[in-house]
Amino acid sequence: MESLMDKCCSQCRHTPATPCRDYIVCRREGPFCHDDEVCKQKRREFLTRIMARPESGQQKVVVCGGLNCSSGGAFGLIDLFRAEVTRQKLGDKVQVVLSGCRGFCEQGPSVIIEPDRTFYRWVTAEDVPEIVALHLKENQVVERLLYQDPETGLLCRSCDDIPFYRRQMKVVLEHCGFINPEDIAEYVAVGGYRALTQALTGMSPEEVLAEIKKSGLRGRGGAGFPTGKKWESARRVPSNKRYVICNADEGDPGAFMDRAVLEGNPHSVLEGMLLCAYVIGSDEGYIYVRAEYPLAVRRLRIAIEQAERYGLLGENILNSGLNFRIHINEGAGAFVCGESTALMASIEGNRGVPRIKVPRSTEKGLFGKPTVLNNVETFANVPKIILKGGAWFATIGTERSKGTKIFALTGKVRNTGLVEVPMGITLRELIFDIGGGIKGGKRFKAVQIGGPSGGSLPEDMLDLQIDYESLTGAGAMMGSGSMVVMDEDNCMVNMARFFLNFTERESCGKCTPCREGTTRMLEILEKITTGKGSLSDIPLLEYLGGVVKTTSFCGLGTSAPNPVLTTLSYFRNEYLKHIQDKRCPAGECIALRQFMIIAEKCTGCGACRYVCPAHAVSGEKKKVHRIDPDACIRCGRCFEICKYQAVKRR
Amino acid sequence: MAKEVTLMINGQEITVPAGTTVLEAARQADIYIPTLCYDPELSLWGGCRLCIVEVRGWKNLPASCITPVRQGMVVETESPAVRHARRTLIELLLANHPEDCLACERTGACALQDLAYRYGIRQSSFTGKRRNHTIESGNPFIVRDMNKCILCGLCVRVCSEIVGRSAIDFANRGFFSKVAAPMDLPLERSECVFCGNCISVCPVGALTGKPMWGQGRRWEIKKVQTVCPYCGTGCSFNLNVKDDRVIGVTSNPDAPVNGRWLCIKGRFGFGFIHHRERIQMPLIRDPFLFSKVNWDQAIGLAARKLKEIKAKHGPDSIGVLASARCTNEENYLLNKFARAVIGTNNIDHCARL
Ligand SMILES: Cc1cc2nc3c(=O)[nH]c(=O)nc-3n(C[C@H](O)[C@H](O)[C@H](O)COP(=O)(O)O)c2cc1C
Ligand code: SF4
Ligand code: SF4
Ligand code: SF4
Repeated sequence: MESLMDKCCSQCRHTPATPCRDYIVCRREGPFCHDDEVCKQKRREFLTRIMARPESGQQKVVVCGGLNCSSGGAFGLIDLFRAEVTRQKLGDKVQVVLSGCRGFCEQGPSVIIEPDRTFYRWVTAEDVPEIVALHLKENQVVERLLYQDPETGLLCRSCDDIPFYRRQMKVVLEHCGFINPEDIAEYVAVGGYRALTQALTGMSPEEVLAEIKKSGLRGRGGAGFPTGKKWESARRVPSNKRYVICNADEGDPGAFMDRAVLEGNPHSVLEGMLLCAYVIGSDEGYIYVRAEYPLAVRRLRIAIEQAERYGLLGENILNSGLNFRIHINEGAGAFVCGESTALMASIEGNRGVPRIKVPRSTEKGLFGKPTVLNNVETFANVPKIILKGGAWFATIGTERSKGTKIFALTGKVRNTGLVEVPMGITLRELIFDIGGGIKGGKRFKAVQIGGPSGGSLPEDMLDLQIDYESLTGAGAMMGSGSMVVMDEDNCMVNMARFFLNFTERESCGKCTPCREGTTRMLEILEKITTGKGSLSDIPLLEYLGGVVKTTSFCGLGTSAPNPVLTTLSYFRNEYLKHIQDKRCPAGECIALRQFMIIAEKCTGCGACRYVCPAHAVSGEKKKVHRIDPDACIRCGRCFEICKYQAVKRR
Repeated sequence: MAKEVTLMINGQEITVPAGTTVLEAARQADIYIPTLCYDPELSLWGGCRLCIVEVRGWKNLPASCITPVRQGMVVETESPAVRHARRTLIELLLANHPEDCLACERTGACALQDLAYRYGIRQSSFTGKRRNHTIESGNPFIVRDMNKCILCGLCVRVCSEIVGRSAIDFANRGFFSKVAAPMDLPLERSECVFCGNCISVCPVGALTGKPMWGQGRRWEIKKVQTVCPYCGTGCSFNLNVKDDRVIGVTSNPDAPVNGRWLCIKGRFGFGFIHHRERIQMPLIRDPFLFSKVNWDQAIGLAARKLKEIKAKHGPDSIGVLASARCTNEENYLLNKFARAVIGTNNIDHCARL
């Protein structure tokens, strides 16, 4: 036995070709088919190692391998920890593993030591010997690497003490950042594939479907369509073939929820897809994942390969008669390919352009067969619902939006990262209690929810509840769950231009309003942000935005005007300032900025003259300097460098 | 029997079979809804959005060409919201379209021009960048001006669904979308067979027949329906006649055999009509020079010679080759002539290769 997943002895007959229905439960509680203390003992050893149970004396160093931490050097840390553990002769007591993202990106690279869940932040190569020598060997916490609660000043030893984590509710992300996503045994050790076992051995497809319906789960890909209803309609259509597709295209700028799930716990997605396959009677599935996520693709491949090796994908899974295979389809990174029909066209090898939705893809989808397409997070919720029951799930959230939702919190918020919260929590709780408020003591201005398809909500809407209906009602959108927080230094016109610039470039070009209309809207915004706008541009933007929104073919076009329309209604004044005063109040629109030196404050140090790339600053040493407005390229370097606040921006 | 559905369009109650689209239902009731990318003989696309309508209780304005009717649906085809949005869409198309109506080949038969006229649009509210593709006219048949293309995709669909060549498809995306042959190569280096069926569906001046360039305005042209002289299929089409000269061929949608679809010969092979070397009366060669004769003389000579040969060498010394340029009826008569008049079975047809 080299892994928890292997046979304990020759009496275990489970192979993919001769599957045993008890295989998964047997890993943790078995053996069932024979009574052998040695076999039991072997399993227990594997489990204690994986789980690092306190009484076992085993420890586990879990280095976060999410995007942020790995760009901060997490992969190097792994090798250093392994070398150091060997050097200090702890090899049989300590395991070092890489996990997926655990969300608190701001504090990365982070390391968690199990079993006590100690959270070390901003770990560098130099810290490794100390952590090994003190923590792993002497069981002493390295205090200087602990997170300090900025409110109370207290050091947080366990990650569960950190307000950022404490106020979250982790359902989908429960094991992300704590288990090794490249080892199926770790997923099984924490209860993975139990939901599948439970469904295959004790529930009919109808009963599984009933639990999903009872849970009230709605699609996490944006539109919030009831998942149970979708599965039911695909199931009802008579057909000899049905497909399950997982949408892992995640194209919103600023979104990385699905990536975190795929990189952190890929098996939970596979298990969700398996359960869907069981309900609708499918034997083939696809995961459409963007090629820009190489690590997610790699971990998915490993996960599929391991699931096949142990008979959890393939034929006659767990001797239930269920056959299911999963293919990975790498998308080329077009935002519109996340749209369900374009995605299917792309899998079929056609141009990734949205198709006519009549009949629905649950009737005629991929290759003309009934198809269920769900988002990564949607699938990852499913095993939990089957294990804990639909009724449990339905206790979380609001009347019409059940469960939790993962958000990618970015922008000017202090704790950037990934958070999972129950539906119904307010924006204020999310941004201020969990997100820690605005960086650098600045003032909150707006939050853009739902990525480029969403809208910007102002301060007086901070008490809005986060659920599908409230957000749509406010002109924003749940979208996939990206959340960009903006402070007083952000220009809302420029922000709208930024998102529209994205959708304009990503428009597939199929329909007139989106293809031509977004271009014209963008041109108007560019005029305004460069001081060439006129007052008539505002009604023009509004009515053109309205037409694009109401007449476009797919969701890309119908939502593309949202950032413009919401900022026009909540931040109209900023537009007017740009147009009438030719001024950008936040100072972000480069063409509208002006820099000048306040003579009384200038010491003549020459720092600005030195940094100006356009040689626009002149002046003798120790004498007042001057900026030539014609030569100035408005980059603002002088403004940033001046120690005496002598450079004024307007 | 198909289920029937009753809906209201512009206050008129209309009953159609379930599965009919709102557009079809309206057209059956003679209610006008404009379209640019819809063609009943091609698959549905739903891209131009001109056919938007207002449906009571719906948030957005759906495209009627891809919206199936529902029981009790209340539809307005020219409500203020629809007219406003439709005008905007036309303006958006015009904003990215060369102002070339004065010299455009399609003037007078252009769907975009007709829409601008109908909705009273003299000028687009939008200005800004435009496409700048070079006009492709390196082949003798088709001129492609992709600056005028409104990206309805009809040519793409006709080429794949009717012609079966798939020589062209959309390339690039968004504002820079363009219909192109693979690798954006010129048509003559693609799979294109120059049947010109794409020209027959193009609603604007993006695809035009090269032979007709500069030959006449649409309203100066008389259309004369005729049967194609090239093969026995019997396609018919319209000869475009100006000042008693045939200047081109256009499809005749009512052609009983072929509808609008033609091959390269029918559409472009009309140059012989006014060719100076065209033989317009029978010629007899004697012994080296051709001399013009009338039909009686020519037929008389042929009959005499055939009789002589038959008398001298027997009927089987004569062979008859029928032509694909004859009609079925003519070929039938030739068959009779060979077997019954000459008395030989030596008859064959050039199309039997
Ligand atoms: C332009 C566009 C992009 C989309 N991108 C994604 C995406 O990246 N991931 C995703 O899950 N859904 C995306 N969607 C939503 C999908 O079309 C679809 O509704 C969703 O994947 C269904 O799954 P769900 O019911 O689990 O939410 C996109 C939709 C549009 C219109
Ligand atoms: S709205 Fe139209 S042009 Fe835009 S992405 Fe969708 S189908 Fe393509
Ligand atoms: S001429 Fe015929 S083959 Fe060529 S692109 Fe047009 S439809 Fe296709
Ligand atoms: S060339 Fe003509 S038929 Fe083809 S897409 Fe453009 S406008 Fe439509």
